[in-house]
Amino acid sequence: MIELRGLTRHFRVGDQTVRALQDVSLTIPDGDYLALMGPSGSGKSTLLHLLGCLDRPTGGSYVLDGHEVGTLPEGELAQIRSRKIGFVFQFFHLVPRLTAAGNVELPMILAGIRPSERRARVAKALAAVGLTDRASHRPDQLSGGQRQRVAIARATVMGPSILLADEPTGNLDRASGKEIIELIERMNRDGLTVVVVTHDPEVGGRARRILKLVDGLIVSDGGTA
Amino acid sequence: MSGLDLLRFASMALRGHRLRTILTLLGMSIGVGAVILLTALGEGARAYVTNEFMALGSNLLIVLPGKTETTGNAPILGGTTRPLTLEDCEAILRRGRRVRRLAPLSVGSARVGYGEKRREVTVLGSTPDLLPVRRLEVGIGRFLPEVEIDRGAPVAVIGRTVQQELFGSENPLGRPIRIGDWRFRVVGVLAEKGQSLGLNMDDVVIVPVASSMRLFNQASLFRILIEVGAHSEIDAARLDVLDILKERHEGEEDVTILTQDSVLGAFNRILGALTLALAGIAAVSLSVAGIGIMNVMLVSVSERTPEVGLLKALGATPRRILQVFLVEAVLLSTAGGLLGLLVGYLGSAVLSQAFPAMQTHPPTWAVVAAIVVSLAAGALFGVLPARRAARLDPVIALAGR
Repeated sequence: MIELRGLTRHFRVGDQTVRALQDVSLTIPDGDYLALMGPSGSGKSTLLHLLGCLDRPTGGSYVLDGHEVGTLPEGELAQIRSRKIGFVFQFFHLVPRLTAAGNVELPMILAGIRPSERRARVAKALAAVGLTDRASHRPDQLSGGQRQRVAIARATVMGPSILLADEPTGNLDRASGKEIIELIERMNRDGLTVVVVTHDPEVGGRARRILKLVDGLIVSDGGTA
Repeated sequence: MSGLDLLRFASMALRGHRLRTILTLLGMSIGVGAVILLTALGEGARAYVTNEFMALGSNLLIVLPGKTETTGNAPILGGTTRPLTLEDCEAILRRGRRVRRLAPLSVGSARVGYGEKRREVTVLGSTPDLLPVRRLEVGIGRFLPEVEIDRGAPVAVIGRTVQQELFGSENPLGRPIRIGDWRFRVVGVLAEKGQSLGLNMDDVVIVPVASSMRLFNQASLFRILIEVGAHSEIDAARLDVLDILKERHEGEEDVTILTQDSVLGAFNRILGALTLALAGIAAVSLSVAGIGIMNVMLVSVSERTPEVGLLKALGATPRRILQVFLVEAVLLSTAGGLLGLLVGYLGSAVLSQAFPAMQTHPPTWAVVAAIVVSLAAGALFGVLPARRAARLDPVIALAGR
């Protein structure tokens, strides 16, 4: 469960202060499926980075599963990212010299999981995204949709409770995008909390809940139905 | 992340940029190879000189006319130096209790001829004791005859090259040769010896010392070589000889007496300094290679900024990122160091083959130093890029900025 209270994030650009997020209060229960929408510069990516513990708020409180995480040092934030949060990016961010299996294995290597267990979990994660037969292919030997599925397998292999996706279909054709969204929805049905940042109304429309941001402020928060 | 995983990850990253890795390895291996090869050369030269001297035995005193304050260096000739004479030799032989044998030495250069053939040759004048003192051997015939030291004799012992050049396949024994305007009879040929203390002993003619001094119109001997009974007596013998000569030279200490140890010590100091100088030059190339590693790692960090962002998003702590890049740098430098070791050893093997007289073996200290320095270079020059990577903001890094 995610609880944000009066969250702000300011940046200094030269001698000016940019208020990327202003007084954001929000509760995301476990298993929710939330789309963050809004024009460019509205603060949706900043909010996603804060939710993913990649960034720290300037003010306010961020409570994750009952613990305040907004003020934790970088080392502990890294632990939270490793265990509780999976990221999916618009440009996949796969390591080009590693195979699909190698990319999926990466978070487990960083977490110090034993090789035998790593192999079993890689096989399971790749099977879950339908890429068992592409395990030994490098990213440049995979299609865009396949690359994003590898990225999803990597994001979920550590068994996180939250999946944060930043424009996951932004770099894909329509058919592949649809497959990716269906995959994410299936994982959400299995209990994963999903937050998707998107410009695409069609992608946003499939979420259970849409949060609209303008100039760092939440302007609407409601269901899609 | 285990140590093995770190190594695997680092080696994969290095293999990902094959050309860049190979070029950096090359730089490092040239640096380390240069250290190994140049110190091997320096040590080889030192071993060569030491062997040359040790071949003469360690209980040798060398008397030179003229005085120098520092032992081990050639004296500056001039001033009111008295000549070293054959009478001096006789006095030393008579009174020097610790002296086993003695060989006076006069040196000149003359045209030596037999029949129509002529050859410019170094002529040594000495006594029969030159044979044991300089560890020479006679190939055919005999050495100089026992005559009184101040009496010459028209006999000569020739080196192998002189024999081949002047006589070809003809037997030289008993044949007359001309040295300058004088006639000598060949009584023996030296066994092949080669270079010894800077003199090609195959290209000399040896005659009785009195004959040689008359031939070259010399008042003073070039050297007196004295063999002492035992190595432990060498310092006492040196003082004995000095006293005798001082007394004969009207109380003036106008000779220099070198011991084998002092000459060897001086050479060792000079060649040791030379080795260190060579190592210093090689160390410059090693440090250039280290900076090359830093450069490559900085480029690597800047190219892989999004990857650093990804690793952080996947849960890598700054410390882990530091380790990843540091291990990569150390791996690069160590591999380069090992390659350099191979290059150095191969190079010295080739040199040893090409110049068998001078055996070049890389000294252990240089090998250990090269490995330690290459490891340290990776760690030292890898720290800056690795810290830069570790400090990257994950959000900015993911954006590839």
